[in-house]
Amino acid sequence: MSLAHLEPILFAGLALVAAISGLLVVIQRHAIYSALYLILTMGSLAGLYILLEAHFVWAVQVLVYAGAIMVLFLFVIMLLNLPREDVPYARRDFRQILLAGGLASVLLVELVLVLAFRPHAGAAKVLTPGFGTTETVGRLLFTQYLFPFEITSVILLIAIVGALVLAKKHFS
Amino acid sequence: MPVSLIETLAVMVAKVAVVFGVLLLVAAYMTWVERKVIADMQVRWGPTRVGPFGLLQPIADGIKLFFKEDLIPSQVDRVLFLLAPALSVIPAMIAFAVIPFGGTTTLFGLLPHPITLQITDIDVGVLYVFGITSLGVYGIVLAGWASNNKYSLLGGLRSSAQMISYELSMSMSVVGVLLMVGSLRLSEIVRAQSGVAWWLPILPVPNWFLFSQPLGFIIFFICALAETNRAPFDLPEAETELVAGFHSEYSSMKFAMFFMAEYANMATASAMATTLFLGGPDGPFGPSPVWFVGKVFLLLFIFIWLRASLPRFRYDQLMTFGWKRLLPLTLVNLVITAVVAAVR
Amino acid sequence: MHVPLSAYLFLSAYLFVLGVIGVATRRNALIIFMSVELMLNAVNLSFVAFSRFLDSMDGQIFVFFVMAVATAEAAVGLAIILAIYRNRETVDVAELNLLKW
Repeated sequence: MSLAHLEPILFAGLALVAAISGLLVVIQRHAIYSALYLILTMGSLAGLYILLEAHFVWAVQVLVYAGAIMVLFLFVIMLLNLPREDVPYARRDFRQILLAGGLASVLLVELVLVLAFRPHAGAAKVLTPGFGTTETVGRLLFTQYLFPFEITSVILLIAIVGALVLAKKHFS
Repeated sequence: MPVSLIETLAVMVAKVAVVFGVLLLVAAYMTWVERKVIADMQVRWGPTRVGPFGLLQPIADGIKLFFKEDLIPSQVDRVLFLLAPALSVIPAMIAFAVIPFGGTTTLFGLLPHPITLQITDIDVGVLYVFGITSLGVYGIVLAGWASNNKYSLLGGLRSSAQMISYELSMSMSVVGVLLMVGSLRLSEIVRAQSGVAWWLPILPVPNWFLFSQPLGFIIFFICALAETNRAPFDLPEAETELVAGFHSEYSSMKFAMFFMAEYANMATASAMATTLFLGGPDGPFGPSPVWFVGKVFLLLFIFIWLRASLPRFRYDQLMTFGWKRLLPLTLVNLVITAVVAAVR
Repeated sequence: MHVPLSAYLFLSAYLFVLGVIGVATRRNALIIFMSVELMLNAVNLSFVAFSRFLDSMDGQIFVFFVMAVATAEAAVGLAIILAIYRNRETVDVAELNLLKW
């Protein structure tokens, strides 16, 4: 009995939490509970990233996604102060929901078939040392992926300016 | 002989128990220390009646809070109202999981294998601590929202906006240290600060980042003040403003939990500052944990000292300071550090 | 016993389809937005799982960029929702039908 034996148990637990809270995100009536369940989903996904030896990625997931983007969501939900949503399945939407549900199940069945019946890569390859560490990610970002990295910083700048301009109250 | 799984787990559980216990004790007794120190600075006695030197005061306060009526107002969102104090305390406690509070030891030969006095030493220790502290915002935001009270909501939103603004400068101020160490692992950062440098032929100075990154340390400390909602940045919870801010509707143990979270956050911020800038548990002689605790208490004393001395910032001054003054300063610090590191 | 790649991919597919259902079914613009974030997270999980099983760092780099773009998208999208709310007093997407025929 060693720590490696814990991996399937940890995966099962984290995947169950992710699956249930993912479902709860979509079916809540009040936006704030959806946001909280989404934070829980992101947290369990961060746990799964640890299992997948993605050390930098899980830290960034907690720091950026769960710690900043979701705070932004919560702020907007609280500022808008919307009342509890009316029954999400209003009668006139019934056809749309049926159609959406049907098409989504088709998608799910398709994905499951592709995953179940296609031969896979086999066992996991042995990892190069330094896989998933910050150093490796940093080195790649500054050498091989330098151009997308710089473009991303421009995108973030555009987003900051755009968000400010859009959300400003115009006192004309 | 290799370390068995049982032994690893037992050691880990013991470390967690010790750290958790000490953290709770510190959070409780910080109230006493704060009241005594502030009283001393204001030339008065502070708590003296309960026990010798008022040492049993926190226990008396705890008993009082425990027996207070636990009011839950009728219109609040019950689930979130009960969840918010927990969401405030938990990140404050688990951030301590990666902080090294001592070197390697065998507890005077009692243990078969040497253990490191650090609960776990993960590869991305610094990012972990910052991620967990950014999760601490949720307790406050949800407390303000769940209380169904416009003053609480405003207090909660202001407090969390303050926290996320200063989070950025806090992380940036640490990048200078990371540039000089080349790793995010906290034990590496402590190791990089070992040894002494000789400023003058007769003056040995420890190799701490406090001396090579003074601006970084000052900015980190200021941001830690703002993150933990301490004076002079404590507008969101000041008693004279907004009633009591985000926790006005809370009573009894839930209120106590918010305060415990605040003091635990202070302890974590001091511990991080010690690890990053003051060399962590390093000391010229004697057991390392003693040095670590000493340095953390020094920083906590400075926290209390600032509370006793400085007036409060107004909210717009606070936000201007965070975004327009501290953030550019961190960038300047980063550029200077990068140039020096590249030249070397 | 090792967790197979297909387990991670099934979870990713499930979360993705949940996101699709959320986007197609809900009327609250904020919840639609959150379903889009759920989809992005599901895709991130796929990338990281493949990166681990094929010993290639490309997957994790891509996840980094996906997160950066998701941040930008969240900021601008929420600003748009705020602007819409200020003008029309609602975030119900069924009410935003000025361009409908």
